[in-house]
Amino acid sequence: MTENSAEVTASDSRRHGWTIFWIVIVLSLIADLLIWFVGKPHFPPGDMSTSATHQQFDIAVLSVSAAPVFIAVVTYFIYSVTTWRARGGDQGDGEPIYGNTKVAATWIIGTAVIVLWAFAFGTFELINPAGAGAGEGPNPIWNLSATKSSSWSPDSNDMLEIQAIGQQWTWTFRYPQFGGMESSVLYLPVNTPIEFHVTSLDVIHSLWIYNLGVKADANPGVDNVAYTTAKQTGDFVLRCNELCGIWHGAMYNQGKVESQTDFETWASGLQVREGSDGLLSALPAYSLTYDPTVVPQLGQAVVKVDGITGAAGYYYPPSDPVTP
Amino acid sequence: MSVPARAAALLVAVAAVIGLGVFVAIYYIGGSSALPTVHYTASGGVTNVVLQEDPQNDSSSKPDWVSYYVQDPTTKNWVHTTLFSVPAGSTVHVTIYGYDGCTPLRNNYWSQVQGTIGGKVTVSQFDNKGKEYVTDDNTGVINGWSDCNVGHTFAIPDLGLFVPVASPNADLSANNLCASSPCTTSGNPYSLETFSFKVPASGGVYRWQCFVPCGGGYLDGNNGPMATLGYMMGEMDVVSS
Repeated sequence: MTENSAEVTASDSRRHGWTIFWIVIVLSLIADLLIWFVGKPHFPPGDMSTSATHQQFDIAVLSVSAAPVFIAVVTYFIYSVTTWRARGGDQGDGEPIYGNTKVAATWIIGTAVIVLWAFAFGTFELINPAGAGAGEGPNPIWNLSATKSSSWSPDSNDMLEIQAIGQQWTWTFRYPQFGGMESSVLYLPVNTPIEFHVTSLDVIHSLWIYNLGVKADANPGVDNVAYTTAKQTGDFVLRCNELCGIWHGAMYNQGKVESQTDFETWASGLQVREGSDGLLSALPAYSLTYDPTVVPQLGQAVVKVDGITGAAGYYYPPSDPVTP
Repeated sequence: MSVPARAAALLVAVAAVIGLGVFVAIYYIGGSSALPTVHYTASGGVTNVVLQEDPQNDSSSKPDWVSYYVQDPTTKNWVHTTLFSVPAGSTVHVTIYGYDGCTPLRNNYWSQVQGTIGGKVTVSQFDNKGKEYVTDDNTGVINGWSDCNVGHTFAIPDLGLFVPVASPNADLSANNLCASSPCTTSGNPYSLETFSFKVPASGGVYRWQCFVPCGGGYLDGNNGPMATLGYMMGEMDVVSS
């Protein structure tokens, strides 16, 4: 008697079913324990910030959820091939398959549970860490809990606001709470709620601080807000993650998370230095466009003189043609 | 068709596709390498690099694009390129002749000199009769907005070097700029700017670019000369011995 004959008994089916079930349970348990305790600490993007930690947690949870499904499919496949394969001399047809309500219901309910679980978990993890480090647009729905103040000081719950300004092909970072000073290196204080305001002065860029789990598109004239809180001190590299021209691949800047007191020392020192050398007074008020033709600080008389010809002083505004 | 014939046909087809890909790659990649590289050597640990930036250039294809030129240290001729090499570990002393008029910086942060030795540049300005009306101004900021004194910038982001390059005086240069490249100091208003910076002790290629949106006719002034080797962006090859 062969397994694929019509004489397969119900007890045989149950025996095979329980065998597959226990194989899947044991392998899933082993896989999930390995994922959680061995793999998770090494999952990207690390745990340098709250948003990064959440992303690492999300990847681990989804991996733990997906592993049993993967193992079940592979186990059933291998079990079928090894147990129910056609053997030598077997010329019989395969067993006819009819509808099975239990199997269909189990499949529908099982997949529905998995999808709903992923939906609920994903939604919670998007809301819980204030947007999960992603840009939320100019009016963020999920805010990080902190005090909004025009200044920032250590050992407070003040939100540190930083404007990340992209342009072909570098980033600059503006600190409105420190007189609007700018830096080409992104300095951050540890354990401080941070509100990034991401924008671009030309084409579309994307601020990607991999180690901090922050990623927000930089669109011209748009204030894209993203939140995070750095948990560890250390260096990192931030990159543009939107193909933005010939040197897109070279559009990266250095960053550093420091202690709160070290950060304040650096920020205050830079504010004084940029103030004394005249840079602060040369910078415009907080703006999204940085278009000299619409910023009131610009010496209008000079532009009028130099604006006569394209070679001398003409500022190419967005209304210029794309190509001559 | 026999099996050997089909196999041969397949091999020929694969070879043709690969050959086409190699041709396209060599054609385009090889095309960019046709741009000449000016090689500088150090004397006493100092390398003197001389550049000029012009409102136009002498090419036949894009004569209206603003452009940098590099001076050959041997012949003193101006070469229409933005590729140059310097010895590793040397102090690079840069001289830039600025012939182009001012254009407001998109981000006035680039008015600040960064990454030079001493954090400053030395600027002189001359009118078209050779009169020097600003002499050796040692400054850390050349304001690109209030006085419209910046023509372009010379920046090597990987080295933290950002230098605003002064333009000739706005009032004197508005309609009186050099009109034939490479420009000369005779009969043209210009600025003369010098600064120094240290290059790494190990070799490497560092891209440099202008941060003034100076690509006339292109959206926001970007692209065109801003994004083309040989015009307002280039590469500095640091060569280790």
